Formats: sequence, C-alpha cells, structure tokens
Amino acid sequence: MSADTLAGAADRPGEGATGKGFRILGHGIRLQWRMFSIAVLGSLVYGALTVADAWVLGWATDHVIVPSFERGRLETGLALVTVGLFVAVATLRALGVIARRLIGGLVYYRLQAQYRRAVTRRYLELPMSWHHRHPTGQLLSNANADVEATWGVMMPLPMALGVVAMLVFAVVAMLFADVVLTLVGLVVFPLLFVINVGYQRLLSPRVARAQQLRAVTSEVAHESFDGSLVVATLGRAAAETERFARVSYQLRDANISAGRIRSVFDPVLEALPSIGVLLVVALGVERVMSGAAEPGDVVQVAYLFTVIAFPVRAFGWVLGELPRSVVGWRRVRAVLDATGEATYGTERLPGDGPLSLSVDHVGYRYPDSSTAVLRGVVVDVEPGRTVALVGLTGAGKSTLSSLLIRLFDPTEGSIKVDGVDLRALSHESLAGAVALVPQHTFLFDDTVRENVTLGLPVDDSEILEALAVAQAQGFVQALPGGIDSRLGERGTTLSGGQRQRLALARALVRRPRLLLMDDATSALDPDVEARILAALREHSRAGGATVLVVAYRKATIALADEVLFLRDGRIVDRGPHAELVARSAAYRDIVDAYDTAREAHVDGEVRP
Amino acid sequence: MSALVSPAVTRSTISGGDAAGGWATLRRGLQLSPALREGLGVTLLLAVVATLGSSVIPVVIQRTLDEGLLGDTGVDRDRVWLYLGMAGVVVVVTAVAGYAMKYRLFRSSEQGLADLRIKAFRHVHDLPVLTQDTERRGALVSRVTSDVDQVSLFLQFSGLLVIISIGQLVVATAIMSFYSWQLTIVVWLCFLPLIISLRLTQPRMTRAYAKVRSSVGDMLSAVSEPVVGASVVRAHAIAGRTQARIDASIGANLSANIRAQRLVAVTFASAGLAGGLANGGVVVLGVLLGLAGELSIGGVVAFAFLVSLFVGPVTTATQVITEAQNAIASWRRVIGVLDTPADVVDPGEDGSALPTGPLPAQVRHVTYAYPSGPVVLRDVDVDIPARARIAVVGETGSGKTTFAKLLCRLMDPDQGHVTIGGVDLREVSFASLRGRVVMVPQEGFLFDATLAENLRYGKPGASARELRQAVEDLGLADWYAALPAGLDTEVGQRGESLSAGERQLVALVRAYLANPDLLVLDEATSAVDPQTELRITAALNRLLTGRTAVVIAHRLSTAEQADEILVFDGGRLAEKGNHHDLVGAGGTYARLHASWVAQSHLATG
Repeated sequence: MSADTLAGAADRPGEGATGKGFRILGHGIRLQWRMFSIAVLGSLVYGALTVADAWVLGWATDHVIVPSFERGRLETGLALVTVGLFVAVATLRALGVIARRLIGGLVYYRLQAQYRRAVTRRYLELPMSWHHRHPTGQLLSNANADVEATWGVMMPLPMALGVVAMLVFAVVAMLFADVVLTLVGLVVFPLLFVINVGYQRLLSPRVARAQQLRAVTSEVAHESFDGSLVVATLGRAAAETERFARVSYQLRDANISAGRIRSVFDPVLEALPSIGVLLVVALGVERVMSGAAEPGDVVQVAYLFTVIAFPVRAFGWVLGELPRSVVGWRRVRAVLDATGEATYGTERLPGDGPLSLSVDHVGYRYPDSSTAVLRGVVVDVEPGRTVALVGLTGAGKSTLSSLLIRLFDPTEGSIKVDGVDLRALSHESLAGAVALVPQHTFLFDDTVRENVTLGLPVDDSEILEALAVAQAQGFVQALPGGIDSRLGERGTTLSGGQRQRLALARALVRRPRLLLMDDATSALDPDVEARILAALREHSRAGGATVLVVAYRKATIALADEVLFLRDGRIVDRGPHAELVARSAAYRDIVDAYDTAREAHVDGEVRP
Repeated sequence: MSALVSPAVTRSTISGGDAAGGWATLRRGLQLSPALREGLGVTLLLAVVATLGSSVIPVVIQRTLDEGLLGDTGVDRDRVWLYLGMAGVVVVVTAVAGYAMKYRLFRSSEQGLADLRIKAFRHVHDLPVLTQDTERRGALVSRVTSDVDQVSLFLQFSGLLVIISIGQLVVATAIMSFYSWQLTIVVWLCFLPLIISLRLTQPRMTRAYAKVRSSVGDMLSAVSEPVVGASVVRAHAIAGRTQARIDASIGANLSANIRAQRLVAVTFASAGLAGGLANGGVVVLGVLLGLAGELSIGGVVAFAFLVSLFVGPVTTATQVITEAQNAIASWRRVIGVLDTPADVVDPGEDGSALPTGPLPAQVRHVTYAYPSGPVVLRDVDVDIPARARIAVVGETGSGKTTFAKLLCRLMDPDQGHVTIGGVDLREVSFASLRGRVVMVPQEGFLFDATLAENLRYGKPGASARELRQAVEDLGLADWYAALPAGLDTEVGQRGESLSAGERQLVALVRAYLANPDLLVLDEATSAVDPQTELRITAALNRLLTGRTAVVIAHRLSTAEQADEILVFDGGRLAEKGNHHDLVGAGGTYARLHASWVAQSHLATG
C-alpha cells in the first residue's frame, strides 16, 4: 500500500474535532473494509441475538412454562425445542462475539501494523536534513504511541455499530410488546447516550493530563537515574526524591481528579437502566390493570432494558477515544506527508582500488539557516592518498565528510569520485565504495557479527580481519559469546572506545575505496589509537583506499600525506603538515593546543 | 534482573502465578503502602452494600413482576408500588454507596501508590546497580513508573471488578438457593466446565500476553534503528535490510496480539455459551420441578433472570483475571526493588564524621568483584597522603574506575577496607561523606534545567553571586560571558545544548562549589576543541589546588605531573611511583608512555 493511499482523510478547513474524528474512522474502515464488515456483522449478530434471548425467554414463559403448569406436564418435544432454542441462540451469539472481538481486533492490529510500516518506510526515505529537524523521541512516538492512539478507536467501533442495531431491534421488539412502555425506552436510551457523551467529554482531558504527567514522571526518573553518579557523590538523593515526589503527587492528583468523574458517572450509568425498568413496571401495572397490555409484554420490555443497558456505553467509548485519535492522526500524517526523499542515480563505479576525489566549489547551508557552513571548497585528492582535515569546532569538517557520503547534498558545486558525480551513483554503488566512520556510531540490538556486517555476505575470516585492524578483536573475543555476543539493550554494554572500534571494523569489512574517518578514534586510549593507526596504514597500503581523516591529535594527523586546513567553511591552506606548521600561525595554534595544555603543567621537564 | 532481586523475592517470583505468591505480594504490598489500608474497612463495607444492591435490584424487580403482575390473584397494585418504592430506595442507596466506594478507592490507592513510587525511587538511588550497570537503568525506571501504573489500574479497576464479581456470584448463588437449590446446582453444573477450562487456559493466556509484551520491546528496538541510526542506515545503504527487520518485528507483534485476542474472544464467547445452556436447563428442569410442586411459575421465570446475573460476573472475572496476574507481577517487581537490601548502607546518626581539613586515604588489601562477575580488583593496598595528587593509569578494564568508586563509597569492598581521614568509610555518615568526598564522572552529566540549577547540585541554595564567583575562580569568566543567558541558560536534555567540553566545565564548577576535600576525577576522553581543552586544563588545576585528588588519567600528560602514579593491570596494582621512577623502571607505564610520546611527537618532529 502506498503512503499516498494511507495518507487519506485530508484536513478540511473549519472542520470540528468530532467531524475530523469520524473521517479518520471512515478512512480506517475503507482500508480494512472486508474484515471490518465481518466484525460489524458479528456485532449485529451479537446484538440481534441478545435481544432474541429475551424473546426466547418471553416465548418460553408464554408457550412452555405457563401452558405446562396449566396442563400439569411438560412435553418432551417442547423441552427439547426450548433447550435447543436457548443453546442455538447462545451459540450464534458466541460466534458473533468471536467475530466482533477477534476480527475487530484484527482490523485494529492490522491498521496499526500497516501504519507503523508506512511511517518507518518514510523514515528510511526522508533525507538526513529532515531527521535532524525532528527530535528522536518524537519520531519514535510517531511510529508507536501515535499510531496506537489513531486507531485505538477502531477497537470499540464494531461494538458501537452493533449496539445501534441492537437498539433498533430492542425498540422494534418493545413496540411489538407495548407501544406505551416503549416510550420509556425512547426517553431512557437517549438520556443514557447524552450522559455518556458528557462523561467522556469531562473525562478525556483529565485522562490526557494524567497521561502527560506520567511522561513527566518517567522523564524525571530517567534523568535522575542517569545522573546517579552525580546524585550519589554530591549526596543529592534526598533532594532528587523531593523532585520526583513533586511530580508523583501531581500525577496522583490528576488521577484522583479523573477518578472522581468516574466515581460519579459509573454509578449513575448503572442506576439509570434500573430506574427505567422500575418505570416500565410502574407503567406496566397500570397498563395491565386497564387491560391494555399482557403481563408477558411487561416482562419482556423489562428484560430488554437490563440487556441493553451495558452495551449502550460502547458509544461513549468511541466518542471518548475520538479526540486522542485526531491528535495521533495529525502527528502520523506529518511524517507521511513530509517531502524530500533522498534520490540516487543508477550508475555504477567501474574498476577497483582507491578512488580519486574531486570536490568542486562546494558550498553548504543547512536548511533554515542563513549562514553557510562551507563555501567554495575545492579539493582534489589522488587515489591512495591520505588526507587530514584540520580545523576548529564548527569549521565545517564533519559537514564536508557528510557530503562525501551523501548524508547531505551540497547546496552549491559538485563532488566526484573517479570522475563520476556522487548524485549519479546508485545508493549501493556509493555505499560499497565510500565508508564513513563517525565519532559516535549507532549499534544495533544484535550480535557483534551482524553489527559489523550489517547483512553484507562476508565470511568469518574477513570479519575477524576487520576487527583485528580496528583493534577490536581483543575485547570481542573476551565477550561470553565472541562475535556472536549480543549487544545493546539486552546484551553487552560497550564503552565509547569499544563502539568506535566496532564502527571502524564495520567500515573496513566493506573494503571501501574511499574511507572517511570523522574524529573516529577520539574515545580511545592513546596506546590503542596508535595501534589502530599503524594497522590502518598497513591496511590501506595493502588494500589501497583513499583516506580522509578528521583529526585534532597530532598522531592522527601524522597519518596524512597532506593536510587541509579548514576555517570558517573555507579551505585556507593545504600541504604537508610540516609546511603548514612552518607557515601558518593559526594552524600551529590548533595542532599545538594539546601540547600547550600539557606543557602548562609539566613545569619545564625535558623530554626527548 | 535477577541480580536486583533478593532471595526471598526470587522464590516468590519462581512460584509465579500461584495463589500463595499472589497473596504474599498483596500482603507485602499493603504493608508497604499504609495509605492503602487506611479506611479500607469502610471502603469494603461500601463495596458490599453496592454489590448487594446491584444483585438485589433485579430480584426485587422480578418479585414485583412475579407477585404483583403474575400472581394467582391477578394484579396486586399496592404490592407493586410497595416493591417499586423499595427498589427505588435500593437503587439510590446502591448508587451512592458505589460513588463513595469508588472515590475512596481512587483516593487511597493513588495516595498509597504515590508513596510506594517515591519510596522505591529513593531506594533505587541507594542500590549499587544504578551506578554499576547502566544498561539496567531503563528497567529500574519502569519499576517506578509503568509497574506502579499497572498496580494502580489493577486496584481501581480489575482488582475491584474481581472482588465485585465474586461477591455477585456469591449473592446470586445465595438468592438462587433461596428459590431452588436443585436449579442452583444445574446452573453451577453448566458453568463448571467453563471454570475448569479457565484454570487450564489461564497459563496460556499469561504466556500469550508475555509474548505480546516482548514483541513490543523487539518492535520498539527495531523502529529505533532508522531513527537513532539514520546516518548509519543511509551511509551503508541498508534501508532494505532495516525495513525487513522492522517489518518482521511489526509482523511478530501483530501475530502475538492476534493470538492473545483469539484466546480472549474464545473465553468470552464460551461464558455466553454456558449461559445459554443454563437458561435452557433452568426452564426445562424448572417446569419439571414446578410440576412436582417444588416451584411456582414465577420461581421459574425468576431463575431465568438470575442466570443472567451469573453470566455477567463470570465473563467479567474471566477477562480481568489475566490483567490481575500481570498487575500482581508488576507489584512484585516494585516490591522486589524495595526488598533488595542497599549494599551501601548509610550509618546515619550512628556514624562518625570525617575530620576537618584535607583528607588522606588508605586502601587496605581491597578486593572487589561485581555480583556474579569476575574479580575486578585484587588485594590493592595504597596510601594517599592529604593534599597529594594521584594519577591512576591503566587500560580499559584494568580496575581503575572500580578503584575510584570504592574511594567514594559508591560500593563497599568484598575484602579489606578503605579509610579516609583515619575513619573506616563504612562508619562515616553520608551527611559527612557526601560533599566532602566528590567524584566527577567522565561525562559531565547535566540535568535538563538552567545552568544555575545545575551548579546548585554542588551547593544547594548558593546565591547567584556565589555561582558567578565560582565560575570566575576557575578562570572561566570569558566562557561564561559568551553564554546566551548567563546563569539562566537552559542546558537542554542531559546538557546537550552545550558541547561535551562545556558540560565538563559545568561539572567542574559544580564540584568546586561542593568544595570537597577529596576529589576523585575521571578524566574526560572525548575530543573537544583545543580552546575548551585549554580551559578545562586550567580550571582543573585550580579545582585540584589544596585538595587531595585522585585522577583517572586518560592522557599521560596528567600522569606526568602527579605526585604519584598508580598503574593498574588486570585488577592488580602493577606499579606505583612518580613519573621519573616509573619511566626508568621500564614496566607497563614506561611502555604506555613511550607509545604516547611517539604519537604526539611524530608530526611535530
């Protein structure tokens, strides 16, 4: 199903929330109309047979119980028919329940699944710039809680529609029994409905507030537990508890406030049908006295009342869910309607071995930003060379490396590898040739093996080799299951340095022809970093990759054949490190900063 | 989560769904939340009134019909009106009792659970697992949030419904027996297969819901891949693979939900089926009994009414028993937190205070192993003089962080002991310890609040002037001047509006405000821009002046200037001494140092 079809139910200006809610319902029904029809049919069967149950009882009273008492014996045939009728009605009704609940559930869960797929598909299609504009938490809840909120209303819907039918049946059955007594029903049922709507209108904002406070409580707990080290050593546990207690008590009060509404309305809704029955009986007595009705008719109408009372509430459930549905839908739609897919070409890169890189007057400006991060950047790198990008924070180093793997596209100029524009390459071809190792990487909730290969069909020896170059084989082997150990949420936690090494292995196993390292060894002990850099040098000499490395540390810079010095989005100087040190004071300041920091407290100790 | 649960709780967890475990949980739960018990007697009394009322109303109505309308002597109007009047009173009393009971229940359960939530939150901060096992934090959060919410829903809805349903069944049975014990047995016989099969399907239901919950967890994790890992997915062109993983997890969640739904639908439907059978049986056997002179016509019709009184509660009970089990499991988890003894116990009033002035520390033959983990520190013996500056060096996993945490008493050693200022750490009251012995973690963790509020974590109630003075004392005035809103600058979630280096600066000012006498510092490793790096170094120097300082050194430059360097290797103290001696000794430190020098000077040449 295309996102287009799923988008449906477009906004209409000036439309109220309830109208909007009904249109969402309509949309959901259209998407799952076959299953939905079965569920409604089940609900109708259920409703009809619930009424039929009363009719069977009435029939049994008039045709079995009373005559048998009069005749003084019970005919076997009649007995069998009675039991048969009751069981048949109950069986059909059970089937109706199954259709309504199971198939109705199916509709709800399928719509959820359908929209979760559609939303996550958009996440994969939309460009990085879109991702950057939206907070992670929001996107996660769009795919989960918001989808759930949108379709929650589908659960009670078949029941509510079935109740409509039930009401019609009941009223018709009542009319057959006694017209005057039916009038009581015509007063009580709408009253039930109106009270129910009022109930839901009062309740839902209170429930929404409690829901929001629940989220706040959770945030405070998360934050406080995350900062446990700070809390513990500064002895702030009591103060933190006070902070948590404040929101907990707010949540308590919100829940009590919603509870109060429930405490008032639930007994009223329960009492109303009883009062209706009392009215029926009171009126019924007068009718029977005046000879206008049979006692059996009064019994039947009274019974119908007790049967209908509970299901009528399903209306309230639907109406109560509608506002939540509208809010959820709006958020889901915002994702489905977002535009700007990243598009890729169809060309493939010929040959193998290191790539040449040519950056031609490239400029980049973030959307909604007035200042350019990169301006007129021109870089040519010959195949197999190693180039270091050096500059202060905010100089544009990470942006440039992101452009080279097309996380973003330049707003001006073009980038070519081996003479082919990046935008002309197919996604697979680009990803197969160019690999980026970021400073912070994402680990999948999966094994080490899967985290390195990401589905690439490579054998174990290649994985182990990549891990070895990345200096990760040691800690991976020490894990309980080796490369099959699970990482993430329900597995092993890795330190920042270990994650960086896995990210590097992930890039190396792909045998990239252009390797981009964006401050990728920053969390490592110097010793480990040195080993990686040495291994990488071996690796790139043997396999042959062009390497672009973003770095502060001299050891990292030392890897490079050439240094590009970035300042304020421009390349202000380039050349071998020694030459730059010699001619640029600004460059010297940056690369010497660590040494300066060090010498500030070494107190003139002499080093080799 | 087994590490977190005390032995007693583990046992009751294993005994899972059985009644004893449930009752034990309920008892302990009531014990932990006194507010739940307050006025419980009155609430239960009101519940009895409401239950009785709701069961009696149909009976009164039925008797009105039976005696007033269908009686042998024709319509008896006075009796009808008398009964209707009585029924009206019962309806009103029931509604009022229902309101009072529900409102009282909401109030006391919310109060009781808020207290429980807060108590559990406070206790979590005393649990060593919080600082040791970062992966388990999410689970701990759910103990004080969703688990408590589950219990609250249970107490207010399903728990109440179960009690009322059982009450209604008892009342219905009593009333039915009053009419005819024979027919009562018939009704029970019709429902018996259902009740037996429920006991059999219950475990399946529980499993089905457990499956649903775990599938939700998998799905959330898969859904986070294209969001949190957006750049990885893009850079490696694995959108197809990622979508396949998501679709699979969504599909698994869908089928788990439908499986559970199927079980619910079938049980729900079979309750109705039993009702139909009972209805038919009652009419036929009722007539037979009537003919034998045991029952009137009205009695038979009354019974048919009473069967519907029976079907309702049975259906409700079948539905909510599963929820009840989940809620009991949640309650058990919350109680599990509270029943887990805090490993690090505050001696409180009985404790001693640390002596005033700079603090020396002695670590005596300390061995430490994480629960059910390998030994991470083995027989470590160190003397740290007051005002000394100590650097701790070693590879990841060598035990240096554990050593630092033991010094601050974030946990206690398994063997040996740590004394600070001559007092065993276990005997120092937290009031005296916290604030005087402070650890600055590697990542400068900030709270989602203003800069001022974050700084006040170091010194509660400090004035704005004091805060600015502290910033100035550490030589950070120029950095502070560039902040958009000064002390009122919002630092964002986890401080993410600031750079990693700036967060570290705030953490240092915070520690300075706490004015500790022993400072334990885990040096930041992440690269920050050189300007911030210089600021951090300068601020650090000022912060450490005049205090005893233990620094976990990730940069050997820090080690070079320490009074003494402790080199850890595989959980043992491998070397100690000053820079000169250790380089001369040619051991682990000399090797680390040589490779570091080689790197940082390669390029400068």
